Amino acid sequence: MSGARAWSPERAGEVIAEHAGARGPLLPVLHALQEEFGYLHPEAVPLVAKALNLSRADVHGVITFYSDFRTEPHGRRTVALCRGEACQSRGGRELADHAQQRLGVGFGATTPDGEVTLEQVFCLGLCSVAPAALVGGRVHGRLDADALDGLVAR
Amino acid sequence: MTTVYLPGDSAARAVGADEVALALETEAALRGIPITLVRNGSRGMHWLEPLLEVATPQGRIGYGPVAPSDVAGLLDAGLLDGADHALRHGPVDAIEWLAGQQRVTFARVGVVDPLSTSDYEAHGGLAGLRAALAMAPSDVVTAVADSGLRGRGGAGFPAGIKWRTVADAESSAKFVCANADEGDSGTFADRMLIEGDPFTLIEGMAIAAYAVGAQEGFVYIRSEYPDAVRTMRRAIEAAEQAGWLGDGILGSGLSFHLQVRVGAGAYICGEETAMLDSIEGKRGMVRAKPPLPAVSGLFGRPTVINNVLTLATVPAVLAQGAEAYAAYGVGRSRGTQVFQLAGNIARGGIVETAFGLTLRELVEGYGGGTASGRSVKAVQVGGPLGAYLPASAMDVALGYEELAAIGGMLGHGGVVVFDDTADMGQQARFAMEFCAEESCGKCTPCRIGAVRGVEVIDRILVGPPESRRDELVVLEDLCELMAEGSLCAMGGLTPNPVRSVIRHFPEELGLAPVAAPGPAGDTGTP
Repeated sequence: MSGARAWSPERAGEVIAEHAGARGPLLPVLHALQEEFGYLHPEAVPLVAKALNLSRADVHGVITFYSDFRTEPHGRRTVALCRGEACQSRGGRELADHAQQRLGVGFGATTPDGEVTLEQVFCLGLCSVAPAALVGGRVHGRLDADALDGLVAR
Repeated sequence: MTTVYLPGDSAARAVGADEVALALETEAALRGIPITLVRNGSRGMHWLEPLLEVATPQGRIGYGPVAPSDVAGLLDAGLLDGADHALRHGPVDAIEWLAGQQRVTFARVGVVDPLSTSDYEAHGGLAGLRAALAMAPSDVVTAVADSGLRGRGGAGFPAGIKWRTVADAESSAKFVCANADEGDSGTFADRMLIEGDPFTLIEGMAIAAYAVGAQEGFVYIRSEYPDAVRTMRRAIEAAEQAGWLGDGILGSGLSFHLQVRVGAGAYICGEETAMLDSIEGKRGMVRAKPPLPAVSGLFGRPTVINNVLTLATVPAVLAQGAEAYAAYGVGRSRGTQVFQLAGNIARGGIVETAFGLTLRELVEGYGGGTASGRSVKAVQVGGPLGAYLPASAMDVALGYEELAAIGGMLGHGGVVVFDDTADMGQQARFAMEFCAEESCGKCTPCRIGAVRGVEVIDRILVGPPESRRDELVVLEDLCELMAEGSLCAMGGLTPNPVRSVIRHFPEELGLAPVAAPGPAGDTGTP
């Protein structure tokens, strides 16, 4: 997330305050913090807990339950490859192997140069134009190894 | 000025619609031709995407699939007059694939500008809500019940009965929640409806709010659908400005406030009670029932939870009458079903038609067989928790009870086709792997059973052949335990795909076809 800001407790406080009034505010607050800073800084946990009158364990539990929430920065570009059955039926398994080999990292990991984070996702709803991936927040379908390499290199 | 339609739907964007739009605007400007470009939803003919449509006196003429490099040639050939070209398909409404369908829920998807309130009304929008507001709330519930509309999320529970329970519950606050956590692989109808005709969902939710006496609502959309989230938020803003949401809707006494809540990558939140916990800001853990959400749901209040397609069908039911809707279908499967054709399929996309079509008509007729041109080996109907049906079972009629009778499940209407290169042993393993990855962890059969399932299938696949029979006994036992002992459908239905592989493709687990013993028959939904 190249657009993300450096961690700032003051700014985090503002972001929390913007969403704290929602009903069931925890997920919107965490999404907003991650959007702002690119990840959830460990110092965010007590700030969120205090603002929403929750325990730190509650906040930690929610962060670790949902695969979207991350506690470390991502690479400059995130490649989320769909691994659902529809994509499997169109060569998704081979594409997943290729992506890991090409990038030299497994799913959930970032390349050593900090460029690309490879993620797996279970269904992007692009099952009729499989296999599919979300690259830098944009959808791509009918992928093969060459097309994926092109997207990763861009 | 000529109006040109090019879908803004994710499936179209995933195969280059934005690049085509850019090429079209650039080339048209170079030629000094003014055009109006509308980014509509998709018609659901995904093998033709990006599908460009031009409004002409002869109707909307379609061209596809269009690549950016085709645009200059298309304009030179007379695209804006609907002229002939190798990519031309003629009037889109007359394309046989589309003309043979019965589009009720998807009537406006791909036709209208998704965020134009005037376009929505011009195409019959709000007729359902206006009709509902002229009736007593309890009569609205009765109309929905009489239509036979069942929940389209997978369980197929009658919507009218659920609404009646919420309507009858005493509470100072009630909620309506749309479940748009469409996590099943092979399904994309909720996404397409939200991206292509979001006002229909809003209208359906407002009708539900009126019928049961709710004041507030949520649309819970998965984070894997960023385009749907964006469109839904814009649609809610537009609806508020138009007076279709908020206080005094359409001049009536109805107040209903709606917001989007975004998921965070947990499949289990598509289970209705896990979704409620997620909206409340908790881990998405499944709740034990009773109490039913209709009695004690979101924040402990009576809550209507319906799938997007269920709610989006309600306006048509109210506008055209319960009898008109119930006239479609077979047996207890009334109305139309939005089938989603996906995977290894030549012509994938959306087929909305009355219940009763056979799987073969869908896969071979509409779908045109596999994309690879090889033979069909298996069809998984109903998402990751649905059975793998062999090619020999394709004459089954697609209805809730009809599929259950052969160990299948309609689910959310997703149909994923596999050709003869598919490794069914791996597909069985994946079912357990997926459950292990996505289990909420609340109940033991699901949390531990799925992990053990992966291990035992691995031993069957790569272990010594002489112990396979013993391992199969363990796997059967594990499947029975998960099916009978899990708290929700995640653990309870994961055995479906596994057992279907044992039953229909035993040789792929290294077992002789005759060696498949015991209770190989799936029991369908519990």
